[in-house]
Amino acid sequence: MAKVIVTAQRLRSGRSHRLVAMRATLVLTFGVLTHVPAIPQPAMMTPPSTLRETGLYANFGTLDVDPAHLAFAPQYPLWSDGAAKRRWISLPPGTAIDGSNPEAWIFPVGTRFWKEFSFNGQRVETRYLERKPDGQWLYAAYAWSADGRETQLVSARGKRGAYPLAGGRSHTIPGVADCKACHQGGPSEVLGFGTLQLSPERDPGAPHAELQPEPHVDLRYLVDRGLLVGLPKALLEAPPRTVAATATERAALGYMHGNCGHCHNERGSLQNIGLFLRHSVTNAGEPAIASTIGQPVKKQAPGQSPDAVLRVEPGHPDRSGVMQRISSRSPALQMPPLGTELIDDEAVRLLNRWIAERGASIQQASANEGR
Amino acid sequence: MHRALPLMVTIALLVPSAVPAQDSAGAQVKRGEYLVSIAGCHDCHTPWTSGSAGPEPDMKRALSGHPQDLTISAPATLSQPWSGAMNPTSTAWSGSWGVSFSANLTSDPETGVLRDFTEQQFIQTIRTGRHQGQGRPILPPMPWPAYANMTDDDLKAVFAYLRQVPPVKNMVPDPLPPKQ
Ligand code: HEC
Ligand code: HEC
Ligand code: HEC
Repeated sequence: MAKVIVTAQRLRSGRSHRLVAMRATLVLTFGVLTHVPAIPQPAMMTPPSTLRETGLYANFGTLDVDPAHLAFAPQYPLWSDGAAKRRWISLPPGTAIDGSNPEAWIFPVGTRFWKEFSFNGQRVETRYLERKPDGQWLYAAYAWSADGRETQLVSARGKRGAYPLAGGRSHTIPGVADCKACHQGGPSEVLGFGTLQLSPERDPGAPHAELQPEPHVDLRYLVDRGLLVGLPKALLEAPPRTVAATATERAALGYMHGNCGHCHNERGSLQNIGLFLRHSVTNAGEPAIASTIGQPVKKQAPGQSPDAVLRVEPGHPDRSGVMQRISSRSPALQMPPLGTELIDDEAVRLLNRWIAERGASIQQASANEGR
Repeated sequence: MHRALPLMVTIALLVPSAVPAQDSAGAQVKRGEYLVSIAGCHDCHTPWTSGSAGPEPDMKRALSGHPQDLTISAPATLSQPWSGAMNPTSTAWSGSWGVSFSANLTSDPETGVLRDFTEQQFIQTIRTGRHQGQGRPILPPMPWPAYANMTDDDLKAVFAYLRQVPPVKNMVPDPLPPKQ
């Protein structure tokens, strides 16, 4: 099972590596390049300098992933400009995740996560999370060399131009502050390994759905093997899903949970915006419906059409604030504001359909009433 | 002497708790004012005018950002070796990023940029260089990478000070994209 083989290399590597790259931080201030000292980090939080030292592979030469790690895929993946993703979790031997709060599982110290990004079959970056003895998560990203043979720890400020995308844009590997802008914005720092994301009842309409890799890790799998304890029984008897009237709505809510809910939720620092796109398994209703349908936009964003006064206006996707923001990639208007350079066309089509259908169902209801 | 030491320590420990809450809030605002004055916020966030001794920040409009009636519609046209330009009020900035306009930092409830910010979001904004800590990237020349080195207490003091700067109603324009 999820046994960890802490490779000797990893132990040897110690924590003596200094972020050489971090010093090379060039910050553009009014066109002048100034050296800015990196924000000091406790030595313990210094990540290994190569991906190999994190212990992902049993054999780095052949890139065989350690068979003790568990591959998984959340049902509502994050859109990252079409990158193909692979993910793994490693729990220290004999430990288990505490799922008694289904909104925020507690992972044992020593838990490691990896997430690999490829474009057109070429590995570009692998992101890494590790839970440290003080309870903090360590964030790191490793960039792959063009020949796919080597990896290098990315500067804490991130890396631009990591891979060319359509329209002259390019993939950016996020800096640590950006990792945290997404991962520390809600009840749990782990975003894709949770109750709704690993529901045994996967949504067939989820945008960008990925094939579930062997061994099909879901709630049932984890509980049966004692890797997840304390999860309320009801969640196994009635597998979690979004509370939706139609298949379109189910997928739309799921998409927003996976791509927006880590910032827009009831617990995080942006709660004062009052936009709640994260599904909560303990909520009876769906805050993503209550906080969008017919709700006024709080603040017009630069470039937003002035007639988009509601976040979602049923029957009028074109006049809905949410659509304006996901259909843009101009920095001040676009949603999500980071982690993507290209419009997610599949999501735009899905949310368009959802808002149009909401309008049609209101019309239908009033027609029925009139009869 | 060594007998007096414990007594002095005790007094030192007692003194802060004896200060009424109001005074410590006042002290925090004072500290914020001081930090804002030495960190150069007025250089960019207060419109400059020409005074009797040359250009100076117009403190009647302190920290109110780029004046809304000064319309700028395109980035500056520059020749080698220049890469950027600013306008006479020192509130509009042209460079590779397009044109940025310094924000209205006053407590105005309609046009002040901080109207929707919590203290935590203000700290996050300065630490991450993103609007409200998690939104769009903040453009140059706002020197957030330097201010990111401030302590939480210092940033809280700056926020406390800014929240009570007299409101100036001034709707700063949105940034302009770079020339294509
Ligand atoms: C735009 C928001 C965003 C940014 C920026 C971001 N992540 Fe994530 N990350 C997510 C979401 C959402 C998931 C879960 C969905 C998925 O994997 O597709 C995730 C998943 C992960 C996972 C798998 C474990 C988990 O939480 O599900 C790792 C590891 C990870 N991210 C590391 C990082 C690191 C390191 C960085 C910075 C270099 C980073 N992420 C930046 C949103 C983000
Ligand atoms: C990394 C954090 C983050 C993510 C992820 C994110 N947002 Fe936002 N969002 C923000 C911030 C910050 C604001 C407030 C500033 C602004 O309006 O730009 C905001 C504002 C909004 C608003 C305006 C709310 C109002 O009434 O003024 C909408 C609508 C919105 N987001 C939709 C979305 C959608 C839809 C997604 C997912 C596709 C998403 N956001 C993902 C950070 C985020
Ligand atoms: C060199 C010029 C400069 C200095 C000095 C400066 N700023 Fe700014 N600041 C700007 C500009 C320009 C913007 C607008 C950037 C944008 O629109 O992205 C800005 C924006 C801001 C914002 C708004 C961020 C947001 O989320 O939209 C805040 C808050 C801020 N500055 C605070 C300060 C404080 C506090 C100081 C002093 C400690 C300061 N600034 C000093 C130029 C400056």
